[in-house]
Formats: sequence, C-alpha cells, structure tokens
Amino acid sequence: MPVAKVNGVDVEFEPGMTVLQVAERAGEEIPRFCYHERLSIAGNCRMCLVEVKPGPPKPQASCALPAADGQEIFTDTPMVRKAREGVMEFLLINHPLDCPICDQGGECDLQDQAMGYGRDGSRYAENKRAVEEKHMGPTIKTYMTRCIQCTRCVRFITEVAGVPDIGMISRGESAEITTYLESSVNSELSGNVNDLCPVGALTHRPWAFHYRPWELKKTETIDVMDALGSNIRADARGSEVMRVLPRVHEGINEEWLSDKSRYVVDGLTTRRLDRPFVRENGKLRAASWDEALGVVADRLKAASADLVGVVAGDLQDAESMKAALDLFRALGSAHTDCRQDGSPLGGDTREGWLFNSGLAGIEAADAVLIVGADPRVEAPLLNTRLRKIWLSGQAEVALIGEQVDLSYDYNWLGTGSKTLSKLPKAATDMLSRAERPAIIVGAGALAGETGPAVLNALGALAKKYGVIADGWNGFNVLHTAASRVGGLDMGFVPGEGGLSATDMVKKGQLDVLFLLGADEIDASASGAFTVYLGSHGDRGAHGADVILPGAAYTEKSGLYVNTEGRVQMAERVVFPKGQAKEDWAILRALSERVGHTLPYDTLDQLRGKLMADHPTFGRIDYLAPAAAFDPSKLGVKGDLGDVAFASPIRDPYLSNPIARASATMAELSAQRIAPVAMAAE
Amino acid sequence: MVGILQDKDRIFTNLYGLHDWTLDGAKSRGCWNATKDMLDLGRDWVITNVKNSGLRGRGGAGFPTGLKWSFMPKEVKDRPHYLVVNADESEPGTCKDREIMRHDPHLLIEGCLIASFAMQAHACYIYLRGEYVLERERMEAAVKQAYDAKLIGKNNVHGWDFDVYIHHGAGAYICGEETALLESLEGKKGQPRLKPPFPAGAGLYGCPTTVNNVESIAVVGTILRRGAEWFAGFGRPNNTGTKIMSISGHVNRPCNVEEAMSIPLRQLLEDHCGGVRGGWDNLKAIIPGGSSVPMITREMSESALMDFDSLRDMQSGLGTAAVIVMDQSTDLVKAIARIAYFYKHESCGQCTPCREGTGWMWRVLERMAVGEADPTEIDLLLDVSKQVEGHTICALGDAAAWPVQGLIRHFRHEIEDRISQYRSRRANFAGHAIAAE
Repeated sequence: MPVAKVNGVDVEFEPGMTVLQVAERAGEEIPRFCYHERLSIAGNCRMCLVEVKPGPPKPQASCALPAADGQEIFTDTPMVRKAREGVMEFLLINHPLDCPICDQGGECDLQDQAMGYGRDGSRYAENKRAVEEKHMGPTIKTYMTRCIQCTRCVRFITEVAGVPDIGMISRGESAEITTYLESSVNSELSGNVNDLCPVGALTHRPWAFHYRPWELKKTETIDVMDALGSNIRADARGSEVMRVLPRVHEGINEEWLSDKSRYVVDGLTTRRLDRPFVRENGKLRAASWDEALGVVADRLKAASADLVGVVAGDLQDAESMKAALDLFRALGSAHTDCRQDGSPLGGDTREGWLFNSGLAGIEAADAVLIVGADPRVEAPLLNTRLRKIWLSGQAEVALIGEQVDLSYDYNWLGTGSKTLSKLPKAATDMLSRAERPAIIVGAGALAGETGPAVLNALGALAKKYGVIADGWNGFNVLHTAASRVGGLDMGFVPGEGGLSATDMVKKGQLDVLFLLGADEIDASASGAFTVYLGSHGDRGAHGADVILPGAAYTEKSGLYVNTEGRVQMAERVVFPKGQAKEDWAILRALSERVGHTLPYDTLDQLRGKLMADHPTFGRIDYLAPAAAFDPSKLGVKGDLGDVAFASPIRDPYLSNPIARASATMAELSAQRIAPVAMAAE
Repeated sequence: MVGILQDKDRIFTNLYGLHDWTLDGAKSRGCWNATKDMLDLGRDWVITNVKNSGLRGRGGAGFPTGLKWSFMPKEVKDRPHYLVVNADESEPGTCKDREIMRHDPHLLIEGCLIASFAMQAHACYIYLRGEYVLERERMEAAVKQAYDAKLIGKNNVHGWDFDVYIHHGAGAYICGEETALLESLEGKKGQPRLKPPFPAGAGLYGCPTTVNNVESIAVVGTILRRGAEWFAGFGRPNNTGTKIMSISGHVNRPCNVEEAMSIPLRQLLEDHCGGVRGGWDNLKAIIPGGSSVPMITREMSESALMDFDSLRDMQSGLGTAAVIVMDQSTDLVKAIARIAYFYKHESCGQCTPCREGTGWMWRVLERMAVGEADPTEIDLLLDVSKQVEGHTICALGDAAAWPVQGLIRHFRHEIEDRISQYRSRRANFAGHAIAAE
C-alpha cells in the first residue's frame, strides 16, 4: 500500500483515497463544510485547505486532491492556519449573527468550526447580505441568509434522492439555493437536506422553534414506519418525543431517513388512547383497568375456543405478538394472524418471506425485477440503493405493476399477473443475462385471491433464472409492515383449521375478535365483540367494544425484525401516555384473568421464552448469510388470472395510526395528492 | 510604421480588415498553403515544431503550447479526443481574438485542423463569447467556406476527417476559464471544475481535451510554414514569437498591433500608438496584460519589456498583452474599484473566498475612492486580497486580487491622500468605527 506522511507521521492508505481521508486516517481533524462522504465532491467551501509537498506553494483543498505515494501532508502549518482563518472569515462576513435564535444553534458546524478555526473579531464593516426566504415544502424551513453555498442539499437531492428540485441560481454574491419556482421539494427524503445543512439555512420545518438540542434526552432506537427498521435516535424532552434523527447503519439506512419516519413524531402526542374504555349502550365510556380487563376476560371465558381470534397490527413489537399468540393458543384458538393484507406468506421456509439478498446486498445485483411494489413509497431507503446501482450503470431494473416514478429509469413490463404468466422477452433476456439477478416481491403482488398463485409463479421464475445460486439469494420479499417478519418468524399465522385475518372479520365468524394494534383491517362487519389494544384512537378503536390503551413504538422496549430478517431492539424513549401500559403487560394481566396465566412475569422472561421457542430472535442486529432454498415450493400453483398489482400503501403518509394522527403527515399527504401551487406569478 | 517587427514577418496580415477575409482572400495571403504537406510530415513533426518555436499560450497564463499538446494521450482509446478553442475573450482591455476572428478567420480554422491532427482529434469546438455576434457570423461563414472547399469535414483534401463546431456562449466572463468553458459547452452552469483531473485526462464529456486560446491556434499554421526557427527568432529566449498587443487608454492612437515579443513597452506605445496622451511624463501607470494583472508605474514602464519574464520580475504579468495606459488624469483608486466591481460581478459564486472576497474588496475600494475609509483599512484590504489569492478553485480569485495588490503596492499614498482629503473636509468622519456590530 502507498504511504504518505501526515505531519511527519507515515500513514498507509488505499489507492484512490483523497488527502483529506488520509489525514483523517492519521487522526488529524480537517474542518470542512461542503465535503460529505456520501455525496460527490464539490470542493467549494475551501475550508479543508492543507499544505502538500510536492505541490504548488499554496494550500490545496484536501477533499478533492488525490493522495499520492510519498506525499507529505501538513495540516497545521502557519500557512494552513492562515488560509483556514481567511476562509472562515469570508464565510462569516455575510452570515447573520443570529445563533441565539437559530434552530441549528448548538449543533452547527459553522458555529463549532468558527470556535476552532476562526479569528476572534470581525473586520467586516460593510452591510451584510440578506437573501429572501424560499418555500421548499412542509419539511424544510429556510433561512437563506444563513446559507454558505456548500451545495450539500443540491447534491443530495440530485444524486441520492434523484429529483432535480433544488439548485443554485445566479452567481457570485447573488448565488442562491432555491427550488427555482418556489415549489415544494417533491421527495420522500427531503428531510435529509436539513440534516446535511452545516448551518441553519435549512432546518426541520415541523420542529422549528420547538427545542434547543441541548435540552433533549437522546435515545437510540429503531423506526417502525416501514419494514426496513431504520436506525434512529429519538430525542425527547419530558414526556414528548421532539424529533427523530437517523443513526448510521450501513446495512440498512446508511445515514438517511425517510420523511415519514422522521416527521411522524408529532403523531405520537395526538389522538392517543390514554385510559381504558368500555362500550355501554353503544357509547364508549372511560373505565378502570380492572373493569376493562374484567369485561374482556368474561367475554373470552364465555366464548367457545374456536370462536375467538386475534389479528396483530403492522407496528407491533415481537414480544406483544408472542404474548398474544401464547394466550390465544392457550385458550385453544387457532384463529391468529398477523397479515392484515391477506398475504399468503408464511409456513416453514423462513427464506420464503425474507429480503434474502439483504438491503445492502442488493447493491451486488446486476438485474432487478420488481413485482407489485413501489419501493420509492414502501421503502424509500431501499429505493436509494436501487437508484445507486442504476446510476452506476451496474444494474438494469424492470417492473411489473403500476407505472410509477421511481427516480430512475426502468423497463416497465406490464401491470399485473397477466404479464407475469407470460413474461416479455425483455425480462427473460435481462434475467438470463444477469449473473446475480434479483426479484423484489412486493405486497401488492401477493394480495388477493391470486396471491398464492403469484407467489408460486415467482418462485418458479426465481428457480428458472438462477435467482438463488451459490452464495447469492436474490429472492427478495419487500414487506411494508415493521411487525410482519417477526410475526411470521414466530408463526403468528392461522393454526390448524384457523381463519385468516380476512376471514376473521367476516360477518358471524367469531364471537370475540381481539385487535392487537390492527387498524388496517375493516372489522365493522364482523359483529363479534371487538377488543382493541393499541396506542391511537384510530380505525381499530372506533368499532371496538373495549379499548385497552397500549404503548407506541417509542414507549416500549421491543424487538422488531426487518424485511431482511435482521432482529433489532427498540428502546423506550418516553413512558406510555396516561394510564396506558406496555402491550405485553396488558396481555399478561389479561391472561391471569382468563385463567391461562402466561409463564412470564418480566419482559426479560418473555424474551427468553421467545428466543427459546424461535432461536432466530436470539441474535440482535445479525444478518444471516444468504441461505439457499427451493423457491418453487412457495405458494400454491394455480391460475394467475388477470389482476393488476397495486401497492397496498396508497398514501405512505396515512398508512398507519401514528401517521394518521400527525399534522405533518397530513400536510405531506395533501401535497402529495395536489402539490401546492406557489409559483411566482 | 516603425517598431521591431517588419511587415514581411507578420502572421496576421489582415489584422485591420483592409483586405478580403473570405477563403479566397485568405488563400491569397498564404493561408491553407501546403497544409496537406505539413500534415503528411506526421503529428510528431507538428508537435516538435510547435515546441521548438517556443510558442507560449496566448490566453494569459503563458503555458507552452507544444507541451500542453503533448499531455494528450498518445493513442486514442475508447474515448475520442477533442480540441476546444477558447474564444471567450472577455478580459477587460483584451480585443485581439476579436480581430483574428473578424478578419483572419481562416488562419484559425487552419490552425484548428493542424492542432486537431496533432492531438488526433476529429472534432473541434470553438466557444465564442456571448457578445461576439459579428465574429460568430464571420466564423460560421468561414467554416462553411472551408467545408465547401473540402478543406475540412469528412473526406476532406487533407485526409484527416475533421469537424468544426461554433458554440456561442451566453456572456459570462467565468466561461473563459477552461473547465468552466467545458461545463458550459456541455450545457451545464459555467462553473470551474476541480483539478485534477485536468482536461487532457478528462475534459469535454469526460474525454481527453485540450483547450487553447484563439491566437495560440491561429499562429500554428504560419509557424509550421515558415519554420520554428523563424518564430523563435523574435523576442528573448523563453518569450519568443510575435504577439498581438491591444493598447487602450490614454494613448494618442489606441490600437491592436502584432509585434515581436519582448518589445520595450515604451517603444510599443511610442511607435504604434503615438505615445502617451500629453507626453511620456504625463503617464501615471500601466496595466500591461489585461485588467487582471497588477499595474506598474511609469518608472517601471521605462524598462519593461513586453514579455512574460520581464513583467513577472516586476510582479506583474504579460497576460494577454492588453496594455491599459492611464495618464495623470486617472483616478487610480476609482479605476481599480471599477475593476473590482467587474470581478465581483463575474465571480461564479462557487467557492467561498472569491464569492465573499470580491464583494468585500469592491465595497472597501468604493469607499476608498471617495476617501471614506480608515487608513488601517488599506492593510485590511491587502490582507483580504491575500486571503482570496491562491485559495480558490480557479484563477478568478487571483485575477480579482492582483489589481488590488498592484494598486496598494505602488499607489498606497494616493489612497492615504484621498482619505486625508476626505477627512480634512469634515469635522468628524466615519471610519472603521462604524463596523457592523
């Protein structure tokens, strides 16, 4: 490996590294504003200047300069210090002195680096430049006078998010970052530009002026808004989650986060169920825990075992599902299901419902066939990876399903099952040409009556084109619910002779229907006595006869399994609201009353049982290497019919009870349906 | 006319447009003569001769042209080679390329063919300044004439398939910077690229590209016809050849003139321009190479030679040899303030020191021009100019800083006088104490 000297110390580096990276490898801190590891190099802030020998007798921008063998790099010479001081002074002359009222204050790169590299006073006697505020949509608050033109936002939006909505117009001092016609940034990843902004020019609009960063208690946890399990840090003040920021996880979300996962937090404080309710004479009234649990227990005891059932929702943690499953099995019921959308997935082969290549692993694919999914809506951060491999020219993408804008070009093959039954030549060519082909199966393809047949056909297709080969498993199921893989892993599917979720809610099938946070299924026709355990007064609670207030995902410690089968543990950020309890504890209390006491008194014991019964839960943040399996045995062979595949997520911003309670999500949803026309007249 | 260069040695024999600019006229002046024979001698012969002639780039930086050509890959691999001619002549004071394109367009086209042949390029783009409308019309007409005569194009008489494209810019000074020019040519916003990679490695559309000034290319045909030794015979070593010099300002007859390199500055002014207005003693300062180089004083102008080395030794530069003469009536502070405004206006805004520094310098200079400043601000201004110089992506930062440095270096007393005059008229004055709180 080549060797360079950084401040006199030899450092080995890999060819292709920049001077900045080499200096960092040597442990030297290089100040920077425009440089970002995951974006293209702009080299325009000039803060990272260092002295390099051999080279011209002037400081060089280290972020853009390739390191060379035998190079001598100096990061702290008088010349370098003077240059940094000069650049810092230039950045500050037109930057307002409004740190005390700036939302970035306390976590501002400019503030920090001005302390480290700036001079102590101002020599600038002229007027400062002022720039008009821009409208960038519901997620981005602008204060463009603070902008230092680093163009990180422009590069993120064009390169990663793949929309040309933000750019720089004009030149020189008049250069401005703008959305051109004051339109909203039409991206599901727009919030990331607020994170990227090194100053307070772009900040989070929904949280503007809500907090100062040093007031917040920071908890590292897991997101449940999609099935990726993005790693997040939830910051709380008192009993309220104030904001959610991404954490770096190379295998899942890199360091980005979708707008939905980020801005849904205001939904955690509204429309909450904070006490038990019991329906009396057609009206819900507040009740005590004792009373509510007593009513439920009486009903469960009175009903025959094959007339009670439970449906688990999309945001449930594995522990509460395990507790519910154990309880209903103990009651003798086979009617248990976690698949509100009626998907046919489940059974013995775990690989049959996983995103087998892994989220990071999909970047190795050279052909991707998407069936019945809209990854941009269902899993925005998977979509950025697909865009990445498309952008590098490494992979071809084809799609069967709705012709949606994925932010990259793809070969649209057809709308639905008819296309699948006779695959066009373009698709077969693509798959047979590829060395590592991947199929992404969306929930949209598996819904409905033809679901099992479609799954079977896809399995056969995977087998035929070597989607599963030595060391490569490109059979990828993309789930939309955070709880789904966990549910399938523990067998939260109908037992012998049990009804599926879709059948359970049909009229007269059950006497008691237990909805464990299940809001996406319409149980109004069932006629059964309905118990709803959940966090929000949403669809499930509306028709319930008893409401048991549970905890939302930030209020309990719980295990979630993401779509690739990675088990992750979420942490409690704040306590449940009001009298609400953690879900598993409610089920444990209920079990005692129905006379089938669950064999665990603490969450740890429950986890121990879960891991003993299902060892896959035992390894946190572990991704099993791609295992081979026979995909042709999936589903049921049958007629594919003529069904158009449609993503179950009609509106990503209104797809779960927390999102529906969020004002920001409502705003984003409204914009999605009819973009607000704010163009300059 | 006196001077050093004799009429028989002029390359641009129609510099003043007195003769026919079309193909016939150009041919009658020797253009397109024996071009095929020269190409038949091979590309190594061409490059060696250009190297031997000592031709240095005429766009301002003075980089040896033959050496630049030799940086191109020896073999054409998967990516085509391109020649790009920088005709975005926008430096205040400079107007030499304009005359070439108006009156001797075929010399340029012939040069393009030879240079492209030497670098194995089959396509050449000529990027014209936005304001050059007549020049574009002339160039387009001349290119058409050359196509019609099969001098260029597919299957031309020279046996080297070659296309010329004229591209009209939109009028931004920064697009004269070679990588900003390439960006603009690609249809993007004209902002300089980071170097490395240099255009010879990854230029236009990521392909090996050489960007040359109009004059550098236009002289090539004649150099090869008359021999490298002939061209190298003019001027001092390392500063050889002939050069079009554009003299403007306070001389009796401002003009463009082709002269031998290293002609004494004073002789240039007196022989060709009828001397400084009001006599040599009325001279105050000269900007010898276009607005971006530092000015020199009358004393220095006595001994200055119009070449790269002599002017560099005076902490100035030859630049494009656009001599701006300023007599005693000139308000130098105001003049430099105006130049500073130009650079502030033309800064692309990409990198910090230039974006912020040019405006700062301009504002301070505007105040100094009326004297409404503090004497300590002179050092501040100098320091700011040093903070801009050498810290930017492209050379516009340097170009903005140098005139200011030249002013302070030689005429600091003028600024000081201005400030004291201003103060003497007022009981109390606003100095740096009004700094932004």
